[in-house]
Amino acid sequence: MGRQTPLFRLHQELGARLVDFGGWDMPVQYGSQIGEHHAVRRAAGVFDVSHMCVIDLTGAAARPFLERLLANDVGRLRAPGRALYSCLLNDAGGILDDLIVYYLGEEFFRLVVNAGTRDRDLAWIRSHAHDFGVAVHERTDLAMLAVQGPEARAKAAQLLSPADAATALGLAVFSAGELGPWFVARTGYTGEDGFEIMMPAADAVAAWRSLNSLGVASCGLGARDTLRLEAGMNLYGNDMDEGTQPFESALGWTVALQPAGRDFIGRRALEPLAASGSPRKLVGLILEDRGVLRGHQKVIVAGSGEGEITSGTFSPTLERSIAFARVPAATAGEVQVDIRGKLLRARLVKPPFVRFGRALVT
Amino acid sequence: MSKLPEDLKYTKSHEWVRTLADGTLEIGITDHAQHALGDLVFVEVPEAGRSVKAGEACAVVESVKAASDVYAPISGEVTAGNARLAQEPEAVNTDAYGAGWLWRLRPESGAVAAAALLSAADYQQVLDAEGG
Repeated sequence: MGRQTPLFRLHQELGARLVDFGGWDMPVQYGSQIGEHHAVRRAAGVFDVSHMCVIDLTGAAARPFLERLLANDVGRLRAPGRALYSCLLNDAGGILDDLIVYYLGEEFFRLVVNAGTRDRDLAWIRSHAHDFGVAVHERTDLAMLAVQGPEARAKAAQLLSPADAATALGLAVFSAGELGPWFVARTGYTGEDGFEIMMPAADAVAAWRSLNSLGVASCGLGARDTLRLEAGMNLYGNDMDEGTQPFESALGWTVALQPAGRDFIGRRALEPLAASGSPRKLVGLILEDRGVLRGHQKVIVAGSGEGEITSGTFSPTLERSIAFARVPAATAGEVQVDIRGKLLRARLVKPPFVRFGRALVT
Repeated sequence: MSKLPEDLKYTKSHEWVRTLADGTLEIGITDHAQHALGDLVFVEVPEAGRSVKAGEACAVVESVKAASDVYAPISGEVTAGNARLAQEPEAVNTDAYGAGWLWRLRPESGAVAAAALLSAADYQQVLDAEGG
Protein backbone atom coordinates (compact mmCIF):
# COMPACT_ATOMS: atom_id res chain seq x y z
CA MET A 1 0.00 0.00 0.00
CA GLY A 2 1.41 3.33 -1.07
CA ARG A 3 0.69 6.85 0.08
CA GLN A 4 -2.80 8.14 -0.55
CA THR A 5 -4.13 11.55 -1.50
CA PRO A 6 -7.20 13.09 0.18
CA LEU A 7 -9.17 11.90 -2.88
CA PHE A 8 -8.21 8.21 -2.59
CA ARG A 9 -11.58 6.96 -1.31
CA LEU A 10 -13.43 8.98 -3.92
CA HIS A 11 -11.29 7.44 -6.67
CA GLN A 12 -12.24 4.00 -5.36
CA GLU A 13 -15.90 4.98 -5.22
CA LEU A 14 -15.71 6.24 -8.81
CA GLY A 15 -14.36 2.86 -9.94
CA ALA A 16 -10.84 4.01 -10.75
CA ARG A 17 -8.11 1.50 -11.44
CA LEU A 18 -5.39 2.43 -8.97
CA VAL A 19 -1.68 1.93 -9.62
CA ASP A 20 1.54 2.76 -7.85
CA PHE A 21 3.02 6.00 -9.12
CA GLY A 22 6.14 7.26 -7.38
CA GLY A 23 5.08 5.53 -4.16
CA TRP A 24 1.48 6.80 -4.34
CA ASP A 25 -1.73 4.89 -5.05
CA MET A 26 -3.07 6.90 -7.96
CA PRO A 27 -5.93 6.51 -10.45
CA VAL A 28 -4.70 5.51 -13.90
CA GLN A 29 -8.18 5.57 -15.42
CA TYR A 30 -11.84 5.58 -14.40
CA GLY A 31 -13.29 4.10 -17.57
CA SER A 32 -11.82 4.50 -21.04
CA GLN A 33 -8.41 6.17 -21.05
CA ILE A 34 -9.00 7.38 -24.59
CA GLY A 35 -12.40 8.75 -23.57
CA GLU A 36 -10.77 10.72 -20.76
CA HIS A 37 -8.16 12.05 -23.19
CA HIS A 38 -10.83 13.30 -25.59
CA ALA A 39 -12.83 14.84 -22.74
CA VAL A 40 -9.87 17.11 -21.99
CA ARG A 41 -9.23 18.00 -25.65
CA ARG A 42 -12.91 18.70 -26.35
CA ALA A 43 -14.49 19.86 -23.06
CA ALA A 44 -12.98 19.53 -19.58
CA GLY A 45 -11.44 16.96 -17.26
CA VAL A 46 -10.15 16.93 -13.68
CA PHE A 47 -7.01 15.16 -12.47
CA ASP A 48 -5.87 14.47 -8.92
CA VAL A 49 -2.29 15.76 -8.78
CA SER A 50 -2.15 15.94 -4.99
CA HIS A 51 0.80 13.56 -5.04
CA MET A 52 2.95 16.38 -6.35
CA CYS A 53 4.96 18.19 -3.72
CA VAL A 54 4.26 21.82 -2.86
CA ILE A 55 7.15 23.59 -1.13
CA ASP A 56 6.93 27.12 0.27
CA LEU A 57 10.14 29.11 0.55
CA THR A 58 10.17 32.14 2.81
CA GLY A 59 12.86 34.54 3.90
CA ALA A 60 14.48 37.83 2.97
CA ALA A 61 16.94 36.03 0.68
CA ALA A 62 14.36 33.83 -1.07
CA ARG A 63 15.03 35.39 -4.46
CA PRO A 64 18.86 35.21 -4.31
CA PHE A 65 18.49 31.61 -3.09
CA LEU A 66 16.40 30.66 -6.14
CA GLU A 67 18.78 32.52 -8.45
CA ARG A 68 21.40 30.09 -7.17
CA LEU A 69 19.19 26.98 -7.03
CA LEU A 70 17.40 27.08 -10.40
CA ALA A 71 18.64 26.95 -13.99
CA ASN A 72 15.94 29.35 -15.14
CA ASP A 73 16.11 32.90 -13.81
CA VAL A 74 13.58 33.94 -11.19
CA GLY A 75 14.81 37.46 -11.92
CA ARG A 76 12.29 37.27 -14.77
CA LEU A 77 9.48 37.09 -12.20
CA ARG A 78 8.50 40.67 -11.40
CA ALA A 79 4.72 40.65 -10.96
CA PRO A 80 3.40 38.72 -7.95
CA GLY A 81 1.60 35.56 -9.03
CA ARG A 82 3.81 34.97 -12.06
CA ALA A 83 5.12 31.43 -12.61
CA LEU A 84 8.25 30.05 -14.25
CA TYR A 85 9.19 26.54 -15.39
CA SER A 86 12.73 25.47 -14.48
CA CYS A 87 15.10 22.57 -14.08
CA LEU A 88 16.74 21.81 -10.79
CA LEU A 89 20.30 20.78 -11.66
CA ASN A 90 23.15 19.12 -9.85
CA ASP A 91 26.72 20.42 -10.07
CA ALA A 92 27.35 18.32 -13.19
CA GLY A 93 24.39 19.90 -14.99
CA GLY A 94 22.30 16.72 -14.63
CA ILE A 95 18.60 17.24 -14.10
CA LEU A 96 17.48 16.47 -10.55
CA ASP A 97 13.90 17.49 -11.33
CA ASP A 98 11.73 19.88 -13.28
CA LEU A 99 9.42 22.21 -11.40
CA ILE A 100 7.25 25.30 -11.44
CA VAL A 101 8.14 28.25 -9.23
CA TYR A 102 5.53 30.87 -8.31
CA TYR A 103 6.54 34.35 -7.21
CA LEU A 104 4.12 35.33 -4.46
CA GLY A 105 6.06 38.05 -2.68
CA GLU A 106 9.62 39.29 -2.35
CA GLU A 107 10.08 36.94 0.61
CA PHE A 108 7.69 34.19 -0.50
CA PHE A 109 8.05 31.76 -3.42
CA ARG A 110 6.26 28.45 -3.97
CA LEU A 111 7.67 25.42 -5.78
CA VAL A 112 5.75 22.46 -7.19
CA VAL A 113 8.02 19.45 -7.75
CA ASN A 114 7.41 15.86 -8.85
CA ALA A 115 6.10 13.20 -6.49
CA GLY A 116 8.79 10.62 -7.22
CA THR A 117 11.62 13.04 -6.45
CA ARG A 118 10.04 14.61 -3.36
CA ASP A 119 12.47 13.37 -0.73
CA ARG A 120 15.60 13.95 -2.77
CA ASP A 121 14.44 17.42 -3.81
CA LEU A 122 13.59 18.41 -0.26
CA ALA A 123 16.96 17.27 1.01
CA TRP A 124 18.77 19.09 -1.81
CA ILE A 125 16.77 22.30 -1.38
CA ARG A 126 17.16 22.28 2.40
CA SER A 127 20.90 21.71 2.15
CA HIS A 128 21.28 24.85 0.02
CA ALA A 129 18.59 26.96 1.71
CA HIS A 130 20.47 26.86 4.97
CA ASP A 131 23.20 29.21 3.71
CA PHE A 132 20.60 31.75 2.63
CA GLY A 133 18.52 31.60 5.80
CA VAL A 134 15.49 30.55 3.75
CA ALA A 135 12.81 28.47 5.44
CA VAL A 136 11.62 25.39 3.52
CA HIS A 137 8.09 24.25 4.30
CA GLU A 138 6.51 21.22 2.64
CA ARG A 139 2.75 21.80 2.29
CA THR A 140 1.36 18.36 3.04
CA ASP A 141 -1.89 20.04 4.07
CA LEU A 142 -2.88 20.83 0.47
CA ALA A 143 -4.61 18.86 -2.23
CA MET A 144 -4.13 19.78 -5.88
CA LEU A 145 -6.63 19.40 -8.71
CA ALA A 146 -5.78 20.07 -12.35
CA VAL A 147 -8.87 21.13 -14.30
CA GLN A 148 -7.98 21.13 -17.98
CA GLY A 149 -9.67 21.61 -21.32
CA PRO A 150 -11.35 24.32 -23.40
CA GLU A 151 -14.27 24.51 -20.92
CA ALA A 152 -12.14 24.01 -17.80
CA ARG A 153 -11.74 27.56 -16.58
CA ALA A 154 -15.41 28.43 -16.99
CA LYS A 155 -16.46 25.27 -15.14
CA ALA A 156 -13.90 25.63 -12.35
CA ALA A 157 -14.83 29.27 -11.82
CA GLN A 158 -18.31 28.08 -10.83
CA LEU A 159 -16.80 26.65 -7.64
CA LEU A 160 -15.76 30.15 -6.60
CA SER A 161 -17.58 33.20 -5.25
CA PRO A 162 -18.46 35.73 -8.00
CA ALA A 163 -15.61 38.02 -6.96
CA ASP A 164 -13.04 35.19 -6.82
CA ALA A 165 -14.33 33.79 -10.10
CA ALA A 166 -13.74 37.14 -11.78
CA THR A 167 -10.20 37.21 -10.41
CA ALA A 168 -9.52 33.62 -11.50
CA LEU A 169 -10.89 34.19 -15.00
CA GLY A 170 -8.73 37.32 -15.26
CA LEU A 171 -5.49 35.40 -14.61
CA ALA A 172 -2.97 35.52 -17.46
CA VAL A 173 -1.38 32.32 -18.72
CA PHE A 174 1.26 31.07 -16.26
CA SER A 175 -0.06 33.25 -13.46
CA ALA A 176 -1.66 32.41 -10.14
CA GLY A 177 -3.75 34.07 -7.47
CA GLU A 178 -4.44 33.33 -3.82
CA LEU A 179 -8.21 33.29 -3.46
CA GLY A 180 -8.91 32.81 0.23
CA PRO A 181 -7.54 29.39 1.16
CA TRP A 182 -7.38 28.34 -2.51
CA PHE A 183 -4.45 28.95 -4.81
CA VAL A 184 -5.54 29.04 -8.44
CA ALA A 185 -2.93 28.89 -11.21
CA ARG A 186 -3.50 29.08 -14.96
CA THR A 187 -1.04 26.29 -15.65
CA GLY A 188 -1.25 22.67 -16.73
CA TYR A 189 0.31 19.64 -18.35
CA THR A 190 -2.07 18.86 -21.19
CA GLY A 191 -1.63 21.47 -23.92
CA GLU A 192 -5.06 22.87 -23.11
CA ASP A 193 -6.13 25.90 -21.15
CA GLY A 194 -7.12 25.35 -17.53
CA PHE A 195 -6.30 25.74 -13.89
CA GLU A 196 -4.24 23.90 -11.33
CA ILE A 197 -5.88 24.51 -7.98
CA MET A 198 -4.25 23.94 -4.61
CA MET A 199 -6.72 23.80 -1.75
CA PRO A 200 -6.98 22.57 1.85
CA ALA A 201 -7.18 18.77 1.76
CA ALA A 202 -10.64 18.87 3.36
CA ASP A 203 -12.07 20.79 0.36
CA ALA A 204 -10.91 18.36 -2.31
CA VAL A 205 -13.70 15.76 -2.36
CA ALA A 206 -16.50 18.34 -2.51
CA ALA A 207 -14.65 20.27 -5.24
CA TRP A 208 -14.21 17.12 -7.31
CA ARG A 209 -17.88 16.12 -6.96
CA SER A 210 -18.98 19.64 -7.91
CA LEU A 211 -16.79 19.55 -11.01
CA ASN A 212 -18.25 16.17 -11.97
CA SER A 213 -21.76 17.54 -11.56
CA LEU A 214 -20.81 20.42 -13.90
CA GLY A 215 -19.84 17.86 -16.54
CA VAL A 216 -16.09 17.80 -15.90
CA ALA A 217 -14.84 14.25 -16.47
CA SER A 218 -12.73 12.39 -13.89
CA CYS A 219 -9.40 11.68 -15.60
CA GLY A 220 -6.50 9.48 -14.56
CA LEU A 221 -2.76 9.48 -15.00
CA GLY A 222 -3.09 7.42 -18.19
CA ALA A 223 -4.83 10.27 -20.03
CA ARG A 224 -2.49 12.75 -18.37
CA ASP A 225 0.45 10.94 -19.99
CA THR A 226 -1.00 10.85 -23.52
CA LEU A 227 -2.07 14.49 -23.22
CA ARG A 228 1.33 15.71 -22.06
CA LEU A 229 3.12 13.74 -24.77
CA GLU A 230 0.87 15.21 -27.47
CA ALA A 231 1.53 18.62 -25.90
CA GLY A 232 5.29 18.10 -26.22
CA MET A 233 5.94 18.19 -22.48
CA ASN A 234 8.66 16.10 -20.86
CA LEU A 235 8.08 13.62 -18.07
CA TYR A 236 10.80 13.50 -15.43
CA GLY A 237 12.33 10.04 -15.12
CA ASN A 238 11.38 9.14 -18.71
CA ASP A 239 12.64 11.97 -20.89
CA MET A 240 15.30 13.34 -18.59
CA ASP A 241 16.97 12.45 -15.30
CA GLU A 242 20.14 12.98 -13.32
CA GLY A 243 22.19 11.47 -16.15
CA THR A 244 20.99 13.92 -18.79
CA GLN A 245 21.37 17.68 -19.12
CA PRO A 246 18.86 20.24 -20.42
CA PHE A 247 20.43 20.73 -23.88
CA GLU A 248 19.91 17.06 -24.74
CA SER A 249 16.41 17.10 -23.24
CA ALA A 250 14.77 19.83 -25.37
CA LEU A 251 15.00 22.06 -22.31
CA GLY A 252 17.76 24.44 -23.40
CA TRP A 253 15.14 27.21 -23.52
CA THR A 254 14.77 26.93 -19.73
CA VAL A 255 18.47 27.50 -19.01
CA ALA A 256 19.05 31.22 -18.48
CA LEU A 257 22.73 31.87 -19.17
CA GLN A 258 22.01 35.60 -19.07
CA PRO A 259 22.79 37.49 -16.92
CA ALA A 260 26.31 36.07 -17.19
CA GLY A 261 27.04 36.76 -13.53
CA ARG A 262 24.29 34.55 -12.12
CA ASP A 263 26.13 31.56 -10.68
CA PHE A 264 23.39 28.91 -10.61
CA ILE A 265 24.11 25.30 -9.68
CA GLY A 266 25.13 23.42 -12.83
CA ARG A 267 26.14 26.53 -14.76
CA ARG A 268 29.84 25.69 -14.96
CA ALA A 269 29.11 22.27 -16.38
CA LEU A 270 26.63 23.59 -18.94
CA GLU A 271 28.58 26.57 -20.29
CA PRO A 272 31.00 24.52 -22.44
CA LEU A 273 28.06 22.53 -23.83
CA ALA A 274 26.18 25.72 -24.65
CA ALA A 275 29.22 26.86 -26.65
CA SER A 276 30.05 23.59 -28.42
CA GLY A 277 26.55 22.18 -28.82
CA SER A 278 25.28 19.01 -27.23
CA PRO A 279 26.13 15.73 -29.01
CA ARG A 280 22.57 14.49 -28.55
CA LYS A 281 19.13 16.04 -28.77
CA LEU A 282 15.58 15.13 -27.80
CA VAL A 283 13.17 15.16 -30.74
CA GLY A 284 9.58 14.30 -31.55
CA LEU A 285 8.81 11.25 -33.70
CA ILE A 286 5.69 10.22 -35.55
CA LEU A 287 5.44 6.61 -36.66
CA GLU A 288 4.74 6.21 -40.39
CA ASP A 289 4.10 2.45 -40.19
CA ARG A 290 1.54 0.69 -38.03
CA GLY A 291 2.55 -0.03 -34.45
CA VAL A 292 3.15 1.75 -31.17
CA LEU A 293 6.35 3.50 -30.15
CA ARG A 294 7.38 2.83 -26.53
CA GLY A 295 10.09 3.94 -24.17
CA HIS A 296 13.50 2.24 -24.61
CA GLN A 297 12.95 1.12 -28.21
CA LYS A 298 16.08 1.58 -30.30
CA VAL A 299 16.18 4.31 -32.94
CA ILE A 300 18.44 3.76 -35.94
CA VAL A 301 19.69 6.89 -37.66
CA ALA A 302 21.27 6.35 -41.08
CA GLY A 303 24.79 7.73 -41.04
CA SER A 304 24.77 9.01 -37.45
CA GLY A 305 24.30 6.01 -35.21
CA GLU A 306 21.60 5.12 -32.75
CA GLY A 307 19.24 6.70 -30.30
CA GLU A 308 16.46 5.64 -27.98
CA ILE A 309 12.78 6.40 -27.46
CA THR A 310 12.31 8.06 -24.06
CA SER A 311 8.47 8.19 -24.10
CA GLY A 312 6.12 6.74 -26.66
CA THR A 313 2.43 6.13 -26.94
CA PHE A 314 -0.58 6.02 -29.21
CA SER A 315 -1.88 9.54 -29.76
CA PRO A 316 -5.67 9.51 -29.44
CA THR A 317 -5.92 12.86 -31.25
CA LEU A 318 -3.70 11.95 -34.20
CA GLU A 319 -4.71 8.26 -34.13
CA ARG A 320 -1.07 7.38 -34.74
CA SER A 321 1.89 6.62 -32.56
CA ILE A 322 4.11 9.48 -31.36
CA ALA A 323 7.21 9.62 -29.21
CA PHE A 324 10.14 11.57 -27.89
CA ALA A 325 13.56 10.13 -28.71
CA ARG A 326 17.10 11.05 -27.75
CA VAL A 327 19.19 10.86 -30.93
CA PRO A 328 22.53 12.07 -32.29
CA ALA A 329 22.51 15.84 -32.88
CA ALA A 330 22.86 15.48 -36.66
CA THR A 331 19.66 13.43 -36.98
CA ALA A 332 17.13 14.81 -39.46
CA GLY A 333 14.27 13.59 -41.62
CA GLU A 334 13.46 9.90 -41.26
CA VAL A 335 14.68 7.27 -38.82
CA GLN A 336 13.91 3.63 -38.16
CA VAL A 337 12.66 2.23 -34.87
CA ASP A 338 13.25 -1.36 -33.79
CA ILE A 339 9.92 -2.68 -32.55
CA ARG A 340 10.21 -6.34 -31.53
CA GLY A 341 12.87 -6.95 -34.17
CA LYS A 342 11.07 -5.16 -37.01
CA LEU A 343 12.44 -1.88 -38.35
CA LEU A 344 9.57 0.59 -38.76
CA ARG A 345 9.75 4.05 -40.32
CA ALA A 346 9.34 7.19 -38.20
CA ARG A 347 9.71 10.85 -39.06
CA LEU A 348 11.18 13.65 -36.96
CA VAL A 349 8.69 16.36 -36.04
CA LYS A 350 8.92 19.40 -33.84
CA PRO A 351 6.69 19.06 -30.75
CA PRO A 352 4.06 19.96 -29.71
CA PHE A 353 2.06 17.43 -31.70
CA VAL A 354 -1.27 18.87 -30.50
CA ARG A 355 -2.15 22.20 -28.91
CA PHE A 356 -5.56 23.60 -27.94
CA GLY A 357 -7.35 20.64 -29.48
CA ARG A 358 -5.69 20.99 -32.88
CA ALA A 359 -3.19 18.66 -34.53
CA LEU A 360 0.01 20.56 -35.39
CA VAL A 361 1.69 17.77 -37.33
CA THR A 362 0.46 15.74 -40.27
CA MET B 1 -17.62 -9.14 -14.84
CA SER B 2 -19.79 -10.78 -17.47
CA LYS B 3 -20.58 -14.49 -17.45
CA LEU B 4 -18.07 -16.72 -19.24
CA PRO B 5 -19.32 -18.48 -22.39
CA GLU B 6 -19.77 -22.16 -21.51
CA ASP B 7 -18.88 -23.43 -24.99
CA LEU B 8 -15.30 -22.14 -24.84
CA LYS B 9 -12.16 -23.50 -23.20
CA TYR B 10 -9.75 -21.25 -21.35
CA THR B 11 -6.16 -20.93 -20.18
CA LYS B 12 -4.70 -19.57 -16.98
CA SER B 13 -3.04 -16.88 -19.07
CA HIS B 14 -6.48 -15.57 -20.14
CA GLU B 15 -6.84 -16.91 -23.65
CA TRP B 16 -9.98 -18.63 -24.89
CA VAL B 17 -10.30 -21.43 -27.45
CA ARG B 18 -13.36 -22.22 -29.58
CA THR B 19 -13.67 -25.44 -31.60
CA LEU B 20 -15.10 -24.62 -35.02
CA ALA B 21 -17.24 -26.99 -37.10
CA ASP B 22 -14.30 -28.06 -39.27
CA GLY B 23 -12.20 -29.02 -36.26
CA THR B 24 -9.94 -25.96 -36.42
CA LEU B 25 -9.67 -23.75 -33.37
CA GLU B 26 -10.35 -20.04 -32.92
CA ILE B 27 -8.31 -18.26 -30.26
CA GLY B 28 -8.71 -14.93 -28.52
CA ILE B 29 -8.21 -13.21 -25.17
CA THR B 30 -10.87 -13.21 -22.48
CA ASP B 31 -13.07 -10.33 -21.47
CA HIS B 32 -11.13 -10.19 -18.21
CA ALA B 33 -7.87 -9.79 -20.17
CA GLN B 34 -9.18 -7.05 -22.48
CA HIS B 35 -10.57 -5.19 -19.50
CA ALA B 36 -7.25 -5.38 -17.68
CA LEU B 37 -5.41 -4.11 -20.77
CA GLY B 38 -7.70 -1.15 -21.40
CA ASP B 39 -8.40 0.49 -24.77
CA LEU B 40 -6.55 -1.46 -27.45
CA VAL B 41 -4.94 0.62 -30.20
CA PHE B 42 -2.86 -1.94 -32.10
CA VAL B 43 -3.10 -5.69 -32.59
CA GLU B 44 -0.59 -7.85 -34.46
CA VAL B 45 -1.78 -11.34 -35.34
CA PRO B 46 0.15 -14.28 -36.86
CA GLU B 47 -0.12 -14.93 -40.59
CA ALA B 48 -1.73 -18.00 -42.10
CA GLY B 49 0.76 -20.82 -42.62
CA ARG B 50 2.86 -20.04 -39.58
CA SER B 51 3.60 -22.99 -37.36
CA VAL B 52 3.33 -22.19 -33.66
CA LYS B 53 4.27 -24.11 -30.54
CA ALA B 54 2.23 -24.02 -27.35
CA GLY B 55 3.61 -21.31 -25.08
CA GLU B 56 5.10 -19.32 -27.95
CA ALA B 57 4.30 -15.60 -28.13
CA CYS B 58 2.39 -15.27 -31.37
CA ALA B 59 0.24 -12.15 -31.18
CA VAL B 60 0.72 -8.73 -29.64
CA VAL B 61 -2.07 -6.61 -28.21
CA GLU B 62 -1.19 -3.02 -27.40
CA SER B 63 -3.26 -0.68 -25.29
CA VAL B 64 -2.51 2.99 -24.88
CA LYS B 65 -0.45 1.99 -21.85
CA ALA B 66 1.55 -1.06 -22.87
CA ALA B 67 2.22 -3.92 -25.26
CA SER B 68 1.38 -7.47 -24.18
CA ASP B 69 2.19 -10.78 -25.83
CA VAL B 70 -0.50 -13.36 -26.39
CA TYR B 71 0.77 -16.92 -26.12
CA ALA B 72 -0.32 -19.85 -28.26
CA PRO B 73 -2.30 -22.17 -25.98
CA ILE B 74 -1.96 -25.05 -28.46
CA SER B 75 0.61 -26.13 -31.05
CA GLY B 76 -0.39 -26.19 -34.70
CA GLU B 77 -0.53 -24.32 -37.97
CA VAL B 78 -2.21 -20.92 -38.20
CA THR B 79 -5.01 -20.98 -40.76
CA ALA B 80 -5.98 -17.30 -40.45
CA GLY B 81 -5.20 -14.13 -38.54
CA ASN B 82 -8.09 -11.75 -37.88
CA ALA B 83 -7.33 -9.08 -40.51
CA ARG B 84 -10.17 -6.87 -39.32
CA LEU B 85 -8.19 -6.01 -36.17
CA ALA B 86 -5.67 -4.02 -38.22
CA GLN B 87 -8.33 -1.37 -38.68
CA GLU B 88 -10.47 -2.12 -35.63
CA PRO B 89 -8.29 -3.18 -32.68
CA GLU B 90 -11.11 -2.02 -30.39
CA ALA B 91 -13.16 -5.06 -31.51
CA VAL B 92 -11.16 -7.01 -28.90
CA ASN B 93 -12.51 -4.64 -26.23
CA THR B 94 -16.09 -4.58 -27.43
CA ASP B 95 -16.52 -8.24 -28.49
CA ALA B 96 -13.71 -10.29 -26.97
CA TYR B 97 -15.38 -13.66 -27.63
CA GLY B 98 -16.68 -12.83 -31.11
CA ALA B 99 -15.39 -10.25 -33.59
CA GLY B 100 -12.26 -9.85 -31.46
CA TRP B 101 -10.86 -13.32 -32.15
CA LEU B 102 -7.11 -13.23 -32.90
CA TRP B 103 -6.17 -16.28 -34.97
CA ARG B 104 -7.40 -19.66 -36.15
CA LEU B 105 -5.34 -22.78 -35.91
CA ARG B 106 -5.25 -26.38 -37.16
CA PRO B 107 -3.95 -28.19 -34.07
CA GLU B 108 -1.20 -30.75 -34.21
CA SER B 109 -2.27 -34.27 -33.42
CA GLY B 110 -2.60 -34.66 -29.66
CA ALA B 111 -2.01 -30.97 -29.02
CA VAL B 112 -5.50 -30.26 -27.68
CA ALA B 113 -5.26 -32.98 -25.05
CA ALA B 114 -1.74 -31.86 -24.12
CA ALA B 115 -2.91 -28.28 -23.58
CA ALA B 116 -5.03 -29.16 -20.51
CA LEU B 117 -7.49 -26.37 -21.20
CA LEU B 118 -9.86 -25.15 -18.50
CA SER B 119 -13.64 -25.27 -18.50
CA ALA B 120 -15.56 -22.03 -17.92
CA ALA B 121 -16.11 -23.03 -14.27
CA ASP B 122 -12.41 -23.78 -13.74
CA TYR B 123 -11.38 -20.51 -15.39
CA GLN B 124 -13.85 -18.65 -13.20
CA GLN B 125 -11.98 -20.08 -10.21
CA VAL B 126 -8.72 -18.74 -11.64
CA LEU B 127 -10.33 -15.29 -11.89
CA ASP B 128 -11.76 -15.52 -8.38
CA ALA B 129 -8.32 -16.47 -7.04
CA GLU B 130 -6.86 -13.41 -8.77
CA GLY B 131 -9.48 -11.23 -7.17
CA GLY B 132 -11.06 -10.59 -10.55
